[in-house]
Amino acid sequence: MERRYYQPEIETMPLEKLRALQSERLVRQVRHVYENVPYYRAKMQEKGVTPDDIRGLEDLPKLPFLSKADLRDGYPYGLLAVPLSDCVRIHSTSGTTGKRVVAFYTQNDVDLWEDCVARAIVAAGGTRDDVVQVCYGYGLFTGGSGLHGGSHKVGCLTLPMSSGNTERQIQFMMDLGSTILCCTPSYAAYIGESLKERGYKPGDNKLKAGIFGAEPWTEEMRRDIEASLGIKAFDIYGLTETSGPGVAFECEEQRGMHINEDHFIAEIIDPDTGEVLPEGSKGELVFTSITKEAFPLLRYRTRDICVLSREKCSCGRTHVRMSKPMGRSDDMLIIRGVNVFPSQIETVLLNEGYTPNYQIVVDRVNNSDTLDVYVELPPEKFSDTVREVSQWEKSLASAITTMLGIKPIVHLVSPKTITRSEGKAVRVVDKRKLV
Amino acid sequence: MAIRQLSAFLENKPGALVAVTEALSRAGVDMRALSVADTQDFGILRLIVNDPDAAHDALTREGILTAENPVVAVGVPDKPGALTNLVKLLAGEEINIEYLYAFLSPVKGRAFVALRVADAEKAESILSAAGFETVSEGAF
Repeated sequence: MERRYYQPEIETMPLEKLRALQSERLVRQVRHVYENVPYYRAKMQEKGVTPDDIRGLEDLPKLPFLSKADLRDGYPYGLLAVPLSDCVRIHSTSGTTGKRVVAFYTQNDVDLWEDCVARAIVAAGGTRDDVVQVCYGYGLFTGGSGLHGGSHKVGCLTLPMSSGNTERQIQFMMDLGSTILCCTPSYAAYIGESLKERGYKPGDNKLKAGIFGAEPWTEEMRRDIEASLGIKAFDIYGLTETSGPGVAFECEEQRGMHINEDHFIAEIIDPDTGEVLPEGSKGELVFTSITKEAFPLLRYRTRDICVLSREKCSCGRTHVRMSKPMGRSDDMLIIRGVNVFPSQIETVLLNEGYTPNYQIVVDRVNNSDTLDVYVELPPEKFSDTVREVSQWEKSLASAITTMLGIKPIVHLVSPKTITRSEGKAVRVVDKRKLV
Repeated sequence: MAIRQLSAFLENKPGALVAVTEALSRAGVDMRALSVADTQDFGILRLIVNDPDAAHDALTREGILTAENPVVAVGVPDKPGALTNLVKLLAGEEINIEYLYAFLSPVKGRAFVALRVADAEKAESILSAAGFETVSEGAF
């Protein structure tokens, strides 16, 4: 019998017990932070809260929120809660939206993080007999080390490929019989395409599962990847600020990701008012890390928009499930007054038979927003007449209009000319200079 | 026999055509006729070459999206009204011409026209029956 859980007693813990554990850890964490981080202490004092006010989970809303701006303000040591000599590692965000954020880890932090990732690998069917190919980037990015450490904990043979060099990825995958692939979903799709180009069929590889995360992807993209690689594709969620991948992961149900609630308390808030919303509401995800020693975050606003569900899961895990992020409160584009998430455009592309390689360019011409979508023309849609190619552009534009409520200009471009992501894809270029 | 025409997808940006002509010259392919249709965003370059297989391979290797279609190549006398007779004949048979382009022939007194129609075989037999000289691939 295949092992279904990595830490069964925690993963299937009755809810009452789990809440009691969270309460106890929260109380301790608030005190740890208050006593060791002047930045937090000042923030709490500003709100008139002391550790004595936090007696359990129900007091969580009394704490102030923490945002990415706070982390940038505190760069590099401002939020460190232990002596630097107790830290064994750092990781850092990509810094694409501003100054980098540096997160610190004690050995215990690394251990607990790797446990979280190990749970995800076991949930994807991983055992010590598996060969795990990690093609997330290694380095400051948490993807590579996170999956690597989790894979070790499960006892899998770990291939530390890092990202890029697709030729070598495929060679190792075939020669060493990788069974679990870990990378970004767009790179998984690219590997699938590359295998096809080299004449491989989905059954030619030994892969059975993939653990994909670090960027938004849709259900349609999941189906494409599953078909092209002949695997079951699992989503994994995390952010450098809270540890890295493994904050939440999918089980075989593939219906939302179980949040590792023994380490993280999740809340959903209204991004505008900060008000905590009832279960099942769509809003911004907020995390409190209750076991982190070096870099604990209280009520950290992720900017990811999602929904939490306590509905019983057939896998037996009791931890709450989060939906795939439906967009980011800061990724959301407002075009001609309409809220647009790039993932909506991606859904249309896949439905209409295009690859999920696209670029959205938003600009403002004569005080009016313009939306241009660049998409690769699939070979089977190309013919010798302008009329037919233009027809594809028109029908894609009208499908996007139906989805968004605003009309884009679609530009079909040559295959493989839109930059492929071996890390994260730059899918949105917003040229508007708004004063 | 209809002849094979290659169409290459070109984005409207500098160097797009260079990629095509360089790929063909490296493959030692000789172009016999070409025509470009363009929109604001993209163009389609249509080519008749001496070796369609080698050309198709060379373009695909360069990552240039290439399609192949049959076109009818017809010789017409190089004199006023000759093309009118040809298109009148096809119109009479309700054959719609998607596009056409003409190219010169080394033989004096004669021009060639490449015709893109939905059913190349049918158009060809109509033209042959009416006494037009249709050209097969070997002639190139």
